Amino acid sequence: MAIEVKDTKAVLKAVQDAVSRFGATQDELIPILNDINREIGYLPGEALDEVSRLLRVPKSHLFSVASFYRMLSTKPRGKHVIQFCESAPCHVAGGREVFQAVKEALQIDENESTPDGNWTLTTTSCLGVCGVGPVMMIDDDIFGNVDPKQVPSILAKYK
Amino acid sequence: MAYFRSHVLVCVDPECLKHGAHDVLDSLQDELVAQGLIDEIQVLETSRIGSCSNGPEMMVYPEGIHYVGLTPDDVPYIVEEHFLKGRIATKFVEQEKKLVDEELSAPTSKEIRVVLKNCGKIDPENIEDYFAENGYEALGSVLSSKTPEEVIDIVLQSGLRGRGGAGFPAGKKWQFCRASKETPKYVICNADEGDPGAFMNRRVLEGDPHAVLEGMIIAAYAIGSNQGYIYCRAEYPIAVKTLNIAIDQARNLGLLGKNILGSGFDFDLEVRMGAGAFVCGEETALMASIEGNRGEPRPRPPFPAVKGLFAKPSNINNVETYANVPQIILKGADWYASMGTEKSKGTKTFALAGDVKHTGLIEVPFGISLREIIYDVGGGIKDDKGFKAIQTGGPMGGCLPSEYLDLPVDYEELAKAGSIMGSGGLVVMDEETCMVDIARFFMEFTQDESCGKCTPCRVGTRRILEILERICDGKGKDDDIETLEMLCREIKGASLCGLGQGAPNPVESILKHFRSEYEAHIYEKKCPAKVCKSLIRYEIIDGTCTGCTVCARNCPVNAISGERRQTHVIDPDVCVRCGICMQVCNFNAIVIN
Repeated sequence: MAIEVKDTKAVLKAVQDAVSRFGATQDELIPILNDINREIGYLPGEALDEVSRLLRVPKSHLFSVASFYRMLSTKPRGKHVIQFCESAPCHVAGGREVFQAVKEALQIDENESTPDGNWTLTTTSCLGVCGVGPVMMIDDDIFGNVDPKQVPSILAKYK
Repeated sequence: MAYFRSHVLVCVDPECLKHGAHDVLDSLQDELVAQGLIDEIQVLETSRIGSCSNGPEMMVYPEGIHYVGLTPDDVPYIVEEHFLKGRIATKFVEQEKKLVDEELSAPTSKEIRVVLKNCGKIDPENIEDYFAENGYEALGSVLSSKTPEEVIDIVLQSGLRGRGGAGFPAGKKWQFCRASKETPKYVICNADEGDPGAFMNRRVLEGDPHAVLEGMIIAAYAIGSNQGYIYCRAEYPIAVKTLNIAIDQARNLGLLGKNILGSGFDFDLEVRMGAGAFVCGEETALMASIEGNRGEPRPRPPFPAVKGLFAKPSNINNVETYANVPQIILKGADWYASMGTEKSKGTKTFALAGDVKHTGLIEVPFGISLREIIYDVGGGIKDDKGFKAIQTGGPMGGCLPSEYLDLPVDYEELAKAGSIMGSGGLVVMDEETCMVDIARFFMEFTQDESCGKCTPCRVGTRRILEILERICDGKGKDDDIETLEMLCREIKGASLCGLGQGAPNPVESILKHFRSEYEAHIYEKKCPAKVCKSLIRYEIIDGTCTGCTVCARNCPVNAISGERRQTHVIDPDVCVRCGICMQVCNFNAIVIN
């Protein structure tokens, strides 16, 4: 995969920023990891090493936490992350066809990234906007009432 | 505070959105800017002004004029007439049914709005809007004139029960936590609303965040806590933002922090965001997550009231529970207890979804029947089809058939019927739903969300899912029903937390109420609802088919053969059951068997 791996300096800076923002205690671990994940796009090994050093928490614990939560990733992710709602109300409203259209447009499957490093496709649990299903979230933007035909134009906004 | 001479509430319910409510909103915004009125007129998004049947609709205050059937092109006219010239644009006024204020807050007569009373009516990002609705008055009266014991007494007498699902009396919980000697104590709000299709808490957090804060501060005073957490799921970024704004505003006005309202009582709050794990809605898993661990539940006892967050006494309630508290204090325990049934008091919010005409959020008093919810509040089944089942309580709830339509909705009655109250998801299913497929769908969800800590849940849900998948595939075996029953029993009895204990509920309730559907799948290899693809066959009716060749040309796998003007035939071994032929046939000559 040609996804750019951030250089060590940027990773360390992201970790230090996050730790100084929340404080170096274990109960701030999830906000810290969320923050780094958002900044770098995922949690590289160096980041976990640095968090482990600053918080004095074993790396095994960090890995167990990072792998538990759906929104944290220990693998590189694309520039934009699509989270597709896979819950019942969206499913009933035609979500499967839209998901298929997204997969075809990007030529990737669930939990994969495009070779150019622009996109990662994941599914998410209910986003709570079931009134306008099918719903997908690209980075922090929610798109509702999505129809398979709209997929290319939605994706085009993120070039 | 900014003063507006007019407030415009625009309905953004699904039906109004379908009719173009967003375009009307955009056009309204543009027109108000163009006319220089944007600082005088406030536009808010709201829900359920009327029936949505003639949407988009909006309500203009203080006049209380209800406009319906709008298009973006009508907006300039309304802005000019109503807001510039001060004349009512009569041709858009709802004629059939004039709404009065009380009705606005409860669009159908069966509804009562307590928790949702401010949602869509006030600006959630402005604390002064909340003050105008008697906000923080309850807190003031508690801090100035009531002892913690008196507060707990009021909550006990009101009969308020935890709205997270289990329905434990909130006052009892507070009492236990107050009785714990150890300090510090924590107050936690469970805003990890993960049930698919349930978004009641989201609406409250985004529409009336201060009601939740006020309820939490009152709870903190009652149990003697100085620090609170709101654990909100990461899928709700807007709720997190609204909460943080509300907390800052409350803190700046001395409603949070040191010496609240000069009473000497200190309390502060922090929002914690989850990271995407359904099981974190379970209270012990939620606390593990706040502590910075994997969100895995632990056995109880000890209960959180004794050993909770950071091993200290903690009180944990959900969003809706806290949002009820200020009004109980203001209007009294008797007022609250006058609504509902003997054991379940007050109102409950539900997210009504599935095959019902008006989906969306509702708030009804306990004791209302399922029939009233579906037919009076929800407007009946979509496309006037027949009712088959209603699933209550989210993915760990049960499915109830039509015999239970007159069941009064409360915690005990639902439990007796083999379902649960849960957090308040209601999914209505029409006659074309395959119940075995529904059981499989919910099992897929719980299997995926099982945290993996205890074996019955981790392995058991997997085994159930495998059997259900086999049955839907037409490969069901003779003893499958018995194996399923055994698995359900064992998983329920041996799992650590509510997720595992509840996971078999959909399967079990469907076994109980729709056993014949399982039997048809297993023994006759038939899907009565014609949903399970492996068990259905598309066939062309001889005599009705005109041999027009449309189906054959549209079939993606070339499974249809036949000469022009002669009855065509579908080869079941090649057919992928996509249904395209049935859609394109102009003569209704294709049926499912």
